Amino acid sequence: MKEEFSVVGKGVPKVDGILKATGKAVYGADFSLPGMLYGKVLRSTVPHAKILNIDTSKALKLPGVRAIITGKDFPWGMKYGFTATTRDQTPLAQDKVRYIGDEVAAVAAIDEDIAEEALDLIKVEYEELPAVFDPFEAMKEGAPQIHDYAKNNIGAEQHLDLGDVEKGFQESDHVREDEFSTQAIKHGFLEPHASVGLWDPSGKATLWGNKQSPYIVYRKLAMAFGLPPSKMRVIQTYVGAGFGSARSDPFALDFCALMLSKKTAQPVKFVYTMEDVLVMGEMRHPYYMRTKTGMTKDGYIKAIQVHAVADGGAYSTIGPVSIALPAFFVDIPYRIPNVKYDGYRVFTNKGFCGSLRGHCIAQLRWALGQQLDMLCHDLGLDIAEVSIKNALHQGDETPGGYKITSCAFEECVQKAAKASGWKQKKGKLPPFRGIGMGTSSFITGARLSGHNSASCVVKMNEDGTASVLTGATDIGQGSSTIIAQIVAEVLGLPIGHVYINPGVDTDFTPIDPGTYGSRVSFYSGNAAKIAAEDAKRQLAEVASKAFEISAEDLEFKDRKVFPKGSPDRAMKLDRLIRYAEHKMGKENKTIIGRGSYDSGIDFIDFKTGKGNISAAYTFAADVVELEVDPETGKITILNAVGAHDIGKALNPVLCTGQLDGAWVQAMGQLFFEDLLRDKEDGHVLNPSFMDYKMPTSMDIPLKNEHVFVESIDPGGPFGAKEVGEGSSVAIFPAIGNAIFDAIGVRIQDLPITPEKVLKAIKKRQEGAES
Amino acid sequence: MKFSVNGMDYEEEIDHRRTLLEVLRENFGLLGTHKGCDEGQCGACTVLIDGKEINSCLVLAASVQGKQITTIEGLAQGEQLHPVQQAFVEYGAIQCGFCTPGMIMVAKGFLDKNPKPTEEEAKRAIAGNLCRCTGYFQIIDAVLKAAEKMRKEA
Repeated sequence: MKEEFSVVGKGVPKVDGILKATGKAVYGADFSLPGMLYGKVLRSTVPHAKILNIDTSKALKLPGVRAIITGKDFPWGMKYGFTATTRDQTPLAQDKVRYIGDEVAAVAAIDEDIAEEALDLIKVEYEELPAVFDPFEAMKEGAPQIHDYAKNNIGAEQHLDLGDVEKGFQESDHVREDEFSTQAIKHGFLEPHASVGLWDPSGKATLWGNKQSPYIVYRKLAMAFGLPPSKMRVIQTYVGAGFGSARSDPFALDFCALMLSKKTAQPVKFVYTMEDVLVMGEMRHPYYMRTKTGMTKDGYIKAIQVHAVADGGAYSTIGPVSIALPAFFVDIPYRIPNVKYDGYRVFTNKGFCGSLRGHCIAQLRWALGQQLDMLCHDLGLDIAEVSIKNALHQGDETPGGYKITSCAFEECVQKAAKASGWKQKKGKLPPFRGIGMGTSSFITGARLSGHNSASCVVKMNEDGTASVLTGATDIGQGSSTIIAQIVAEVLGLPIGHVYINPGVDTDFTPIDPGTYGSRVSFYSGNAAKIAAEDAKRQLAEVASKAFEISAEDLEFKDRKVFPKGSPDRAMKLDRLIRYAEHKMGKENKTIIGRGSYDSGIDFIDFKTGKGNISAAYTFAADVVELEVDPETGKITILNAVGAHDIGKALNPVLCTGQLDGAWVQAMGQLFFEDLLRDKEDGHVLNPSFMDYKMPTSMDIPLKNEHVFVESIDPGGPFGAKEVGEGSSVAIFPAIGNAIFDAIGVRIQDLPITPEKVLKAIKKRQEGAES
Repeated sequence: MKFSVNGMDYEEEIDHRRTLLEVLRENFGLLGTHKGCDEGQCGACTVLIDGKEINSCLVLAASVQGKQITTIEGLAQGEQLHPVQQAFVEYGAIQCGFCTPGMIMVAKGFLDKNPKPTEEEAKRAIAGNLCRCTGYFQIIDAVLKAAEKMRKEA
């Protein structure tokens, strides 16, 4: 029997929708404190240099300037980063700068204009060092060393060897080896970074900022400042979107806001410009991949080998994860018996790279999803049929040990094929029109190392409503809404009777590591469900005393509780709560439910690749139909169909929004976006939305359809998994494959510009003539 | 200098170099108008000047004296949302919400002039405003739904 829900699974409007629609939501730059100073950061103008001297004397004399800090104001050893071996970032440059844009000094003044003017008066003396911008050059013997600890500039590497790829290739009838590459792109959120720091006289440091993982910021700040965590407090404002670690890590503005506040005894506010955002890290890693796939003539994949070089830019950030993740995604969504992966993340004198929606998996799927299509083309096979033949199924365990607890991948392929007219169209469309399929599988929170569990508190209010305190951060994806839906469902409340904290306050919210790796619905959603169930259990206990019957004989319905079968004896929920709070004498109690969730699965072992990277896996199949204009090289997406196994769609309107957004963001990288670099000094040539082109409403697919395939996961809250990240990475090969179908040439290097398309068409025509 | 914003009169001494966006945010505390790119590319700062959709980051405050400015704060009547706001809330057109005030102002300005738009016209109307979250589909849908509602109410 299908379970009926009253709030979960409904497209209820976002709980913060009205505030956002009326301009009342307070974002980073909207937050202010009385007596606040304004900060600005001075950035390096050279790509690689020793800092010989910084002269701030002239700037300090400018009226209105209150303080200036440089690397010297932050004690040595105040390094931060992801792991003990890769903590290579400092709040401001210490001895060296490593890219044009690296932060060198910061000013606090009474207004922004004066702070800006002061920057011009700071004199930095550099001793320039040779710089390197290409990761392959950087790995050569004798290349400039960007960090002393990283020989040949290899900051992180990952190797994985499951089964025996050589044997797998021998068993294959056809083996291909191809090269693919991807470019640097930015997250593209519209709200620049903004922070207000207050170091108060009690010794407490508080930071307000638009962060998507406030607890990461809080821990890194506390560690860097040498403070006990309880002396560090991070309060999250509304966040103008995130999409990755550019919103999860602390940056110069955060450290400097606090340090300048400590120096001046006044709050200090930093608001970056969009140019700051586009020049600085983080951004998506450019990947250079050589991939090899072996297949039998009837379409069974026998082995995949990947050699990857990632251009990491000047610092590590989460580099060890960035280079490891692709290794752990090679053998999903297909059954691949033999896998080998060798990946190297390399330092260059450019802005540093981190995570961005589909963290290093978009790059992998761009390669593997196209290579699969190439093999199918060579062997005269249909990629849809091959996808089904090799598909993972519920109950499978991959060679690495991933347990597939729910899976409707086969159904996704079938549904996407059906809805797109795949059989009628594949190979049968007129010239310059093409159709392509891409697939993916994704995680619901990466089980790598460290903290992953989530927690939640549900407090029952005396008017029968509930207040939820979650550690999750809503960056627009709608976690506040789905968490409120989950709590409302458990307690039998309408959605409007559940209130949720708009943001994290590390002093008061229950701990939750943050918004990354598609973990929030699964982890924070489960924690909320457990907390609501705990509150309900406590309510039942009180009711059992009030009615003098056992809790099992009670029924909760329509905000009332009554002995089963006797709705006429019902007590309203608000009365029950008041009864608990002040009618039980010494047994009075405040109803506060607590929930903590951890999937409990094994950590993945980075050395062997063994373990289970995720508690549940999502699956997607995307079909794209497009048209290429042979005169201009311009591509129009005629139809896009995606079938997504996301588990229970907790809120179909929000799920649709995630899938739409994923599509268009992927499109941006595929067709338009490219953070261009000067060849001589590596500086960003297009640090403005005038020249860094993101998709507009005129670029989107003419038709866009999402099919939800709800394989209910036993571990997910009401069966939910992840939405909007896995689907985005399937679009990469879908488009590449559709272009091949349209013009008969493969484009293997992103972005797919009109120039590249025209060149490919010309090359094919010349080939046909000769 | 004298300003008329959301039907209210303001008198302020303003440095002639300041933009309308800065004055709205810093002098009048109207923080619903957002600063994104600050160079007329993203549209997050869109307001209506005499009913026309304009990027307030590209307009000097001194140049709008005597003109009627409408910002996102001027649309709802108390708790009664404007139909465009209502449609954005209802049809999933809001994710992070940072582009939302600008989008809503553009949509309002557009629908006042074109109450019965086609999908293509609605798409074109918001083409100057970036949104990184929604992929625009639900925004276009909300604009069309708002148009329908406004026609019924008129």
